[in-house]
Amino acid sequence: MAEEERHRITAVQIRHGLYLSAITNQNMNLLIRGVVLFSIGVFLALVLNLLQVQRNVTLFPPDVIASIFSSAWWVPPCCGTASAVIGLLYPCIDSHLGERHKFKREWSSVMRCVAVFVGINHASAKVDFANNMQLSLTLAALSIGLWWTFDRSRSGFGLGIGIAFLATLVTQLLVYNGVYQYTSPDFLYVRSWLPCIFFAGGITMGNIGRQLAMYECKVIPEKPHQD
Amino acid sequence: MTVHSMQLHPSVNSTLKEDQIVHVHFKEEIGIAELIPLVTTYIILFAYIYFSTRKIDMVKSKWGLALAAVATVLSSLLMSVGLCTLFGLTPTLNGGEIFPYLVVVIGLENVLVLTKSVVSTPVDLEVKLRIAQGLSNESWSIMKNMATELVIILIGYFTLVPAIQEFCLFAVVGLVSDFFLQMFFFTTVLSIDIRRMELADLNRRLPAEAVQEIPDHLRLPRSKSVAKQQRYERQPTIRPSAPYTISLQTSSFRNLRLPKRLRVIYFLARTRLAQRIIMVGTVIWIGILVYTDPAGVRTFLTAQVTEQSPLGGSGLAPIAVPPGVFQRGDTESSLPGFPSDVTPPLENQSRGTDEGKNSNSFDALPLVEPENITDNDKQHAHSETSLPENDFKEEITWGAHDQEMWRKLSFRHWPTLFSYYNNTLARKYVSILPIIPVSFHLSLQDALDARHPQDAKRYHSMFSTNYQESKNIDGNGAREHASAKPQVPLDITLYKVGALGLASGVLLVILLFCLYKVFCPKTYGQGGLSHGRRRRGDLPCDDYGYTPPISETLPLILKGHLMDIECLASDGMLLVSCCLSGQIRVWDAQTGDCLTVIPNPGQCRDSSSCYDWQESWEYISDPENGADESFENEHNFQRRMTPSQPILFTDQPDLSGLIDTNFAEQIKEEDTVSRQRTVSEHSQETGYDFGRAYDKVYEDHKMLNVQNLRSYPSPPTLLRCSQTSVNLKSHGWDGGCNHRRRSLGDEPFSVFEKTSPIPMWGGDCESSVWSLGIQGNLIVAGRSSGRLEVWDAADGTLRCSNEESSSGITVLAFITNRIVAARLNGSLDFYCLDTNKTFNQLQYRGTPNRSTIPSSPVFNSEDIIVCQLIHMVPCAHQKPITVLKAAAGRVVTGSQDHTLKIFRLEDSCCLYTLQGHTGGITAVYIDQTMGLASGGQDGAICLWDVLTGSRVSHMHGHRGDVVSLICTSSCVISGGLDDMICIWDRSSGIKLYSIQQDMGCGASLGVISDNLLVTGGQGCVSLWDIGYGDLLQTVYLGKSNELQLVRQLLVLDNAAIVCDFGSELSLVYFPSVLEKLD
Repeated sequence: MAEEERHRITAVQIRHGLYLSAITNQNMNLLIRGVVLFSIGVFLALVLNLLQVQRNVTLFPPDVIASIFSSAWWVPPCCGTASAVIGLLYPCIDSHLGERHKFKREWSSVMRCVAVFVGINHASAKVDFANNMQLSLTLAALSIGLWWTFDRSRSGFGLGIGIAFLATLVTQLLVYNGVYQYTSPDFLYVRSWLPCIFFAGGITMGNIGRQLAMYECKVIPEKPHQD
Repeated sequence: MTVHSMQLHPSVNSTLKEDQIVHVHFKEEIGIAELIPLVTTYIILFAYIYFSTRKIDMVKSKWGLALAAVATVLSSLLMSVGLCTLFGLTPTLNGGEIFPYLVVVIGLENVLVLTKSVVSTPVDLEVKLRIAQGLSNESWSIMKNMATELVIILIGYFTLVPAIQEFCLFAVVGLVSDFFLQMFFFTTVLSIDIRRMELADLNRRLPAEAVQEIPDHLRLPRSKSVAKQQRYERQPTIRPSAPYTISLQTSSFRNLRLPKRLRVIYFLARTRLAQRIIMVGTVIWIGILVYTDPAGVRTFLTAQVTEQSPLGGSGLAPIAVPPGVFQRGDTESSLPGFPSDVTPPLENQSRGTDEGKNSNSFDALPLVEPENITDNDKQHAHSETSLPENDFKEEITWGAHDQEMWRKLSFRHWPTLFSYYNNTLARKYVSILPIIPVSFHLSLQDALDARHPQDAKRYHSMFSTNYQESKNIDGNGAREHASAKPQVPLDITLYKVGALGLASGVLLVILLFCLYKVFCPKTYGQGGLSHGRRRRGDLPCDDYGYTPPISETLPLILKGHLMDIECLASDGMLLVSCCLSGQIRVWDAQTGDCLTVIPNPGQCRDSSSCYDWQESWEYISDPENGADESFENEHNFQRRMTPSQPILFTDQPDLSGLIDTNFAEQIKEEDTVSRQRTVSEHSQETGYDFGRAYDKVYEDHKMLNVQNLRSYPSPPTLLRCSQTSVNLKSHGWDGGCNHRRRSLGDEPFSVFEKTSPIPMWGGDCESSVWSLGIQGNLIVAGRSSGRLEVWDAADGTLRCSNEESSSGITVLAFITNRIVAARLNGSLDFYCLDTNKTFNQLQYRGTPNRSTIPSSPVFNSEDIIVCQLIHMVPCAHQKPITVLKAAAGRVVTGSQDHTLKIFRLEDSCCLYTLQGHTGGITAVYIDQTMGLASGGQDGAICLWDVLTGSRVSHMHGHRGDVVSLICTSSCVISGGLDDMICIWDRSSGIKLYSIQQDMGCGASLGVISDNLLVTGGQGCVSLWDIGYGDLLQTVYLGKSNELQLVRQLLVLDNAAIVCDFGSELSLVYFPSVLEKLD
């Protein structure tokens, strides 16, 4: 009798522990995903900024390394936060819409996407274009191509456009208030190709976020039924 | 110096500006800041390659194939660079920078897709056929992908940005060469790898067959059954040889049936006609060449010789004049904003100046580029922006083109040149001083002599054609629109080249197609073609939308049953199946041959033409009265189905099952006073207590009859089952799923039979087999009449039977020599199989000690087997027992009364009663590690601890019954009536993921190993990776039965899968899966 009682208690404990672990696990995983996405964002921001600096697009003092960590130190963390938010937002929206993203879910594809994104940045920094219109059009086409190749979901497209719009707006406000500067603003204080870059970045981060979420999804189940 | 030379050679028409100085600036050494993005892109590239090659699976050497894949991409890139340079494109982009992007654009996807598709083709085929099938399976998608990429790159080309155009050019050539490398290099590597794997497979399979878990000397009857195979050949044998191996006839035989075109080809090949013709043609051509133009050859040879000799100071000349394919000069070394679009046809111009009697200083041109290294770092920063504006407004004259000549140099030219002098150009610039046109008179002969011999050769042919034109060009001095002009003809040539390339590509494809048509036999890659037409929409895919390539293997189809197969059982070597008509067939699980047919005795009598008869069956159907005493048949039990007996059934228990004629035979000399007395006496002699069993049977029967008068407790539920044709799940002892469908037609409850006044024949004749078990050479069949029969698998004879209870045996388990039978009325019987060797002196072998016999489940066919009831649990469950499993010395039963019970096998003692389900138990799993799982009609799955009888976890996941349940060491896999397969974590009890199945296939699942799951679908079997939920492979079971559902699935030891396929069984082997597991 006592033994049976003990068993029941342990069973209850086990169930309780499971529930707790599931909950904490979920939060933990969210946190880990956020941290990973944040660091990716910071890293990409640093690297891409460096590319732009080489091109002399943004106005930094000539001493490059020092400038990254002094004058505009807040840019990479901002990008990191934004990328974390985007990367968590994509799978969230996917699950809310009820359609799991099914197109090319592999790390290799994600890597390809990141490489293409860096390539777009590289091209925008290094390649000489006849005029800004041409540059913007090319970049827009490239971004759409990126979306078509690696995403192909309507939610991704919508979110990407929203992100591009918001980010451009924020940049514009920043530049307008003189916090940040461009050497040759060609469209209302900012560079006209900025939305394209933001769009591509949104797609890329969303891709990474989805991949991470899918990975977690295998470990973390859907809500376990408890009686 | 200028003045001096001007004075020396007064120029006639020089319009050059004197102060035109061009500075070529060089950047500083690459710093860390610049290196970081580069390193990043390379890191991303390596991550991409890593993640891509990680997907190469199921091959012999993953590393080798990964290396080959990377080599394919890299060498295609090299080829693209080489080809572009060969055709005159000067690479201006930094190769190190664009290289990762090129790799990413070209990609490894096709290689992986190819590997996957080839690997998933049937293993039994020849290697070349596998490759052909794999290629043809993926041909469409690969071509589509390539076309898409080419179109995208073409679009990129029309951006008219020079850097992007150059990149696109590289990418296009890289893509095409990558495609060719995939076809001709990677496929070869893959085929070698597959051949290696097949060899390894072969080597591994041989010892696997030699080493069985039961030594061969214990398997005497088995060898006998093999020997008897010839006897059964007149049966509809299934497939005498593997039907899919294409066996080529001998060459002489082949020659007779050759098509005409092939004969022509073979003739050509044999006589080597083509080679000879080509050789003769070459010789003739060379001869003609030498005969007609000996001078040309001679000059050619001299040119070759002089080219090899050191060229001295003008060694840069060959580099300096590449034909202008690209429009824009170096982006790095030239100044931004400089009008560098001016790329005039240089040869014409120089030819014109040379030939026109102006006799200017063309040959001195290399010398007119004075290298001037000025070490001023201060000027560096602002000169970049200031200088271009100055030079832009210059007046372009005829000399401008010559002056622009240095722009055609490679951007690495200057650094290379200065590195010869141990100078670095970092943070310095090169000033190119203006050309000083000096003119002096020169006779034609002098000019010709002064030329470099190679120039002489190069311009010789152009002389006559371009003379007029060059004169014209020379005539008008100043051309302001020179920058716009050259673009138009350049584009046109590009279009021409493109059109030409397209045409040649189409021609090549047509040629290859024709070659294929001529050379390849029709059967080549047929399998792939056929399912290309298959509807693509409803292919099974995993959660991520990935549909692995389908492989249409030709499984062994085991035909023979007339109706749907109801029960399946196997012990790894033999396979027993029973269909609705009650016919039992024994198959060889390796070859798929039908070894034995045991027809339903009732139907045999009724319609004797139904089956082809076995000799051994003839006497059974003989209507012999009182054949219990038929001593002439020594080791065969005689079942009597005498029509005179039915009256007995209504008031007396049927005891015929207890009668063993062998006993009677052994006591032939004794007085046969009464049948029952004899047997009981005999049993007392041998220490059996049959009397008690008889009493029980009598009691049972009385009880049953009483119950029959009232209503039988279980019929309501069972009737519900039959009406709704809900599939009751029940498991055989061996993990096979006995997914039995009970319909009204095949529900001959013994109870109802007995109440019917006069049955057509003996009650047990019509009874259908509800459960099967096999071990060694013995088949145990539990019938709906409550009869337990033990058959010999080898010759199909009935070894013994037991008919003590009339309640149908729903499930049975057969372990070594124990049989546990669960009955419809909830009782549980434990039987023991014994060889009665004491009296059988002839076939006596081994020790008579009974205790040794249980260790080997194989009973000699000569032995007499007695099936005796050793224990009976009358009311184990209140309602019919639906599932029963035995493992690790425990027997677990699950019943409709929502409970499970655990019995100990050796003493039949009930250890625990497990309560927790809110519906009837429909599925149970127990393994050797004492893990117990159960699923019920409530859709719940419970995990139990067998040692303590406590519930470990409780999971809900299915809407409807849980119809099948399997545990691996880490997972619990359950299939439900809702056609979902859920995978749970075994320790935590949380759901990992679920797989949606085809309608009605929820029960068909099996586990090959700890991480491979097999599920059945509509006409196919799918393989899943349990850990990740990836669909690995889908095997279609042939075209004839595409719509047939796989209802049951049984996994044998050797990774074979038996699928219940309506009235057929199919046997699928997965040797490649085994390879992967290693």
